[in-house]
Amino acid sequence: MDTGNTAWVLVATALILFMTPGLAFFYGGMVRSRHVLGMLMQNVFAIGLISVIWAVVGFSLAFSGGNSLIGDLHFSFLYNVTDLDGDIPGMAFMAFQMMFAVITPALITGATADRLKFSGYAVFIAIWSLIVYVPVARWVFNANGWIFKMGALDFAGGTAIHINAGVAALAVVIVIGQRRGHGEEPMPPHNLPFTVLGTGILWFGWFGFNAGSALAANGVAAQALVNTHLAAAAGMLGWLVIEKIKAGHATTLGACSGAVAGLVAITPCAGYVGQASPLLIGFAAGVVCYLALTLKSKLRLDDSLDVIAVHLVGGLLGTILLGFFADQAINPAGADGVFYGGGGELLKDQIVAAFAVLIFSGVVSYVIATGLDRTIGLRVGPDEEMIGLDQSQHAESAYQA
Amino acid sequence: MKLISAVIKPFKLDEVKDALKAAGVAGMTVGEVRGFGRQGGHTETYRGAEYKIDFVPKVQLEIVVDDDRADLVVDTIAKSASTGKIGDGKIWVTDVDRIIRIRTGEEGNDAV
Repeated sequence: MDTGNTAWVLVATALILFMTPGLAFFYGGMVRSRHVLGMLMQNVFAIGLISVIWAVVGFSLAFSGGNSLIGDLHFSFLYNVTDLDGDIPGMAFMAFQMMFAVITPALITGATADRLKFSGYAVFIAIWSLIVYVPVARWVFNANGWIFKMGALDFAGGTAIHINAGVAALAVVIVIGQRRGHGEEPMPPHNLPFTVLGTGILWFGWFGFNAGSALAANGVAAQALVNTHLAAAAGMLGWLVIEKIKAGHATTLGACSGAVAGLVAITPCAGYVGQASPLLIGFAAGVVCYLALTLKSKLRLDDSLDVIAVHLVGGLLGTILLGFFADQAINPAGADGVFYGGGGELLKDQIVAAFAVLIFSGVVSYVIATGLDRTIGLRVGPDEEMIGLDQSQHAESAYQA
Repeated sequence: MKLISAVIKPFKLDEVKDALKAAGVAGMTVGEVRGFGRQGGHTETYRGAEYKIDFVPKVQLEIVVDDDRADLVVDTIAKSASTGKIGDGKIWVTDVDRIIRIRTGEEGNDAV
């Protein structure tokens, strides 16, 4: 066992945990004041619920023996996890992966802001975690998984996390419909300083997410960390440039959104690219994700905080661009993309992986959301929505007037 | 007695207060209000989506004075609150029927 590698993975695990409260504040600042606790709660609650599910059965189904689609119950209740001891303890790997499982369903909450019933949300993410996230994590991150075996690359979760959560957000929004008054009354963010704070926490935590995915304290981890940072920086610039041209001002929310778009796009690429690639990938993400916002008004979808434009589009962009920018000189475990003499083989695998996750997650998420909406209900009633999630779902107020 | 009400730009409040004190005004009531007039609202942009904000933040002052001091107070506010730009606000004067100081029960000019 390598103590240096173990120490880094343990620290990275803690960094990723911090991203979920960071996400809560990133989103919480963008909603209206009467729904802010509802948003914070949905995110924080995911830490509680998904961690338990992961320990009971989730980790086992994703990372034990089994076949190329799903594992078995060998590691349930964290029995036998020491079987995985190697360079790092199996338990460190389990904890690291737990934080990925926690934040992925939490990403969806941005799309469904201000109108999800808390009980419906709780049941939705429990089921979603088990029948969407777990299989996809199996396919992508486990050596037995079919996407992994096919040769597609996903360093830290462009497909398993961002495409997965992004398309699930799209499916749930289609089921529950738009916020009351959407398109008629203004719904500006109630506290952008929260959003800036949340962006800082996400950016910080993302070093654990991406550089931790090396599962070692080595050169690939250092490269992933640098790539992560540069893509966020370039993403911010890309977004601000196009925003200034199209809308007239470089905004605070734009700077934050661009940084997150860059972080999303670099996630699959982080340990497989180098040199100028993270700058190009990040900048492209800032521009493309901004342009993707205009889709939402055309499709008349109320993806309230732009999860589709940032996570689905950013995840797709990063996953596909990796087919061009991957460089085996950076990471021998990777492959060469189109620009590094690898031909179109990797690009083809990336596209297959992206669309497999897109279709699987989109369809299954839609079925789960529809089933719950017709039984226990996924959406609050009009009165509850009017008084706000804080009071109607939690009997609390964020701000005492 | 007259009630003098004024809606002014928030950043002008300190100047107006100092000018009124210098003019001998002993007290006033101030509130933060929102509204629109000729200035209209403004536009904010969040992720490319434009929002029209109709109500502009203003400060409203209320001052009760003797009839013979009303013109002086109105002129003082008008002078000290002015920037010459749109949105400087308005002043209006209302007759007051009765006024009581709660602690002592004094009424009329004694209570001002």
